[in-house]
Amino acid sequence: MTASSPHQPDIAVEMRNIVKRFPGVVANDHVTFIAKSGEIHALLGENGAGKSTLMNVLSGLYAPDEGEIWIYGRHVVFRSPSDAIAAGVGMVHQHFRLVPTLTVVENVILGLDEPRFHLNLTQARAKILELSQQYGLKVDPDAYIWQLSVGEQQRVEIIKALYRGARILILDEPTAVLTPQETVVLFKTLRSMAQEGHTIIFISHKLDEVMSIADRVTVLRQGKVVATVNIEEVTKEKLAEMMVGRPVIFRIEKPRLQPGQEVLRVEDVHARNDKGLPALRGISFVVRSHEIVGIAGVSGNGQTELAEVLYGLRPVEKGHIYLYGKDITQASTREIIREGVAHIPEDRHKEGSLADMSLSENLILKHYRRPPVAQGPLIRWAYVREFARKLIQRFQIMAPGIHTKARLLSGGNLQKLILARELSSEPGLIIAMHPTQGLDVGATEAVRKQLIAERGKGAGVLLISEDLDEVMQLSDRILVIYEGEIMGEVPADRADRNQIGLMMAGQRQS
Amino acid sequence: MQRLSRVRLERRLTTPWWLSWVIPLLSVALALLVGALIIASQGVNPWQAYRAMFQGAFGSGYGVAETLVKAIPLMLAGLGVSVAFRMKLWNIGAEGQLWMGAWAAAGVGLFLYPAWHLSPWLAILLMMIAAILAGGLWAAIPGVLKGVWQVNEIITSLMLNYVAISWVLYFVDILWRDPGGLGFPNTAPLDKAIWLPKLTWLPLLPKGHRVHAGLLLAVLAAVFLWFLLNRTKWGYEVRVIGENRDAARHAGMPIVRNIIIVMFLSGALAGLAGMAEMAGVAHRLQRGLSPGYGYTAIIVAWLAKLNPFGVLLVAILFGGLLVAGDQIQLTMNLPRSIADILQGLILFFVLGGEVFSRYRLRLR
Ligand SMILES: Nc1ncnc2c1ncn2[C@@H]1O[C@H](COP(=O)(O)OP(=O)(O)O)[C@@H](O)[C@H]1O
Ligand SMILES: [Mg+2]
Repeated sequence: MTASSPHQPDIAVEMRNIVKRFPGVVANDHVTFIAKSGEIHALLGENGAGKSTLMNVLSGLYAPDEGEIWIYGRHVVFRSPSDAIAAGVGMVHQHFRLVPTLTVVENVILGLDEPRFHLNLTQARAKILELSQQYGLKVDPDAYIWQLSVGEQQRVEIIKALYRGARILILDEPTAVLTPQETVVLFKTLRSMAQEGHTIIFISHKLDEVMSIADRVTVLRQGKVVATVNIEEVTKEKLAEMMVGRPVIFRIEKPRLQPGQEVLRVEDVHARNDKGLPALRGISFVVRSHEIVGIAGVSGNGQTELAEVLYGLRPVEKGHIYLYGKDITQASTREIIREGVAHIPEDRHKEGSLADMSLSENLILKHYRRPPVAQGPLIRWAYVREFARKLIQRFQIMAPGIHTKARLLSGGNLQKLILARELSSEPGLIIAMHPTQGLDVGATEAVRKQLIAERGKGAGVLLISEDLDEVMQLSDRILVIYEGEIMGEVPADRADRNQIGLMMAGQRQS
Repeated sequence: MQRLSRVRLERRLTTPWWLSWVIPLLSVALALLVGALIIASQGVNPWQAYRAMFQGAFGSGYGVAETLVKAIPLMLAGLGVSVAFRMKLWNIGAEGQLWMGAWAAAGVGLFLYPAWHLSPWLAILLMMIAAILAGGLWAAIPGVLKGVWQVNEIITSLMLNYVAISWVLYFVDILWRDPGGLGFPNTAPLDKAIWLPKLTWLPLLPKGHRVHAGLLLAVLAAVFLWFLLNRTKWGYEVRVIGENRDAARHAGMPIVRNIIIVMFLSGALAGLAGMAEMAGVAHRLQRGLSPGYGYTAIIVAWLAKLNPFGVLLVAILFGGLLVAGDQIQLTMNLPRSIADILQGLILFFVLGGEVFSRYRLRLR
């Protein structure tokens, strides 16, 4: 049944009443989405709102359970991504789909029907260079994918879509993997593509980005469209409210507190990375009770190694670490946990949780050795169930129950689970690594509030984050790390973005 | 845009409870169907062959008893394999560990028992301890290599099978060979007093059946293992390490130590299987003591989804398959390797079927 579309010539994409169900959820609930030709249209929503699903439908990856699609006024039914690309719809996925052992050119032409029996690499190469120049997508066509940075790989994905003739380009959370500088470059590219008449659909949950790049924005919440608006007609606060469903506070109240006793002292610590190269070269700092110390820096400057060294996961080559004045330089992770150090790890899936185990089994990961969870060599599961129920309630983890597998939790709820586990032992020191990375507004707010509450209760917090806004908002003092050294320290209330930026690039504090 | 609809696999988020029963049953049915084709190709009516097999394994008290006898080493070795697999340690050396266990137990029974004038009960206990140590330490070798130097345990545990079997056969054929054995390659028999006692009190089985106390040992081992894994701190560590080694490291769990302990436990159970077969059935060390129990145990553990009680049940089915193989060789004039083929087919189809409990087909 081909219903007629109230079609106007400047409309590139028209999706009507799209329904897509997954076991247990309606990911898209009668979604109507319209993108005009040549605009940058943001698709905004919290994690799990259904953004990726909707665009996977548009790009032919999923068949919708209900609903219809028109592209440039023509009714279409996509059976596969190649149908979609034939109609001019290309998508750059959140997780790239490139073959690491092939070159850029090979990846771009991979899977194309066109050079059936005979690969014309020279011709493909020329076309890639042309596209790359036209839109400022700088990339070496002969490099292997594994040699490229994440930002470069993303450019390859964009080129791949353009090479296939995409006029409508979907980007799924493209900035999640980029540095601030790379984001600026990407936005330039997107603008120039829009000017050439391409339609850009930009998925994001970051409000600042949406405000700065989009012409129009469609907000999704729990699978439904909240509204589609012109960007001039809204404020960031209004968008946040549409996205979360309630007003959101951007400034978190942080009471002034007098720092107390010294909790952690790091003295001239040296350590090597996994490749055996120096990663920390003489780091020294102090964290006191009632304060949050932020470590700012571009990723890969020793942050991971610093957290690992403090948590007993990586040997210290030289220098000392003291916890409450006690030397813990050589202590094992187990001893450090016993001393009351909490750790919010960098990768919540890989290091922080047990995907196929229940929430209660996840919650005792740091408690299972000692009473009241343990009794001699046994675990008291009756107590554990009670314990888990209380924590799930206290930390507002949205889950059907304590027997739910951790892998069914959304990113925000998984992070709350980790916080619940780590904070429930009343830690004296909290090492938090990128605690809000990839979280939606609501969950970010909850996590930050928790850290500030712990500070109020007397914990010392070491906040290691690449999100400069977060560091500036939460910290009492900010240290900047560059190539394994501390470039300088600034009190947060006198912090200047420019000055910190310079230190992040390797300039020592004068 | 007219095209043939395509079949796609879509990942399931949750598996309905009934599916985890229906799928394995259907898979086994399919395996039997393919097996039927193979049997038919031998000019035998498959229906009759299957009936004869079932009759042979489960159709009489005698058949059931023999099935249980064969199931005992599969249970013990299967439990051993399952505990290692729980931690994602792919110990495929149960066969060698079983032989080492049988060897050590035979040494105690043949030499220490008479030399030290032990009481029979003490001798049986010592045979068990010897088997546990021998099988356990044999498995601890790949455990240490894996834990300390990250050497792939699949290869080391497999290779050690050949070493173990050659080692034991050297004793069987030469050092411990029974001079009065009429040239057969085996040791002298154990003194009757230290045979594992027959479970004569079992109901429904015919008089003179061969089911021995190894069955109790296996049931106890399953209960012990279940308790260990699900109720103790150590069992929790093993499950966490098996699930996510990085998270275990972040929780300060002793990974290397647990790798070695789990490998020891795994080998110890396989060693007990060897002891039970030697002291309960063969009553001596001999060539052909194990027709590959240690390898079948891998299939048993896997099909039981590593659940200790599941291992007991699946071991009975596979014990039955072994008995049935002997049966059809005698009565249907089919090669006994048909049983091996069926074993392989069942594993193949059940593993293949698992895909459908995690994914579903979609026509589009
Ligand atoms: N392949 C899938 N199978 C089952 N459920 C899915 C699948 N993809 C997404 N979902 C569910 O659909 C909902 C929307 O997800 P998604 O579209 O990825 O959200 P977003 O991209 O906005 O974060 C979530 O509840 C998610 O768990
Ligand atoms: Mg998404």
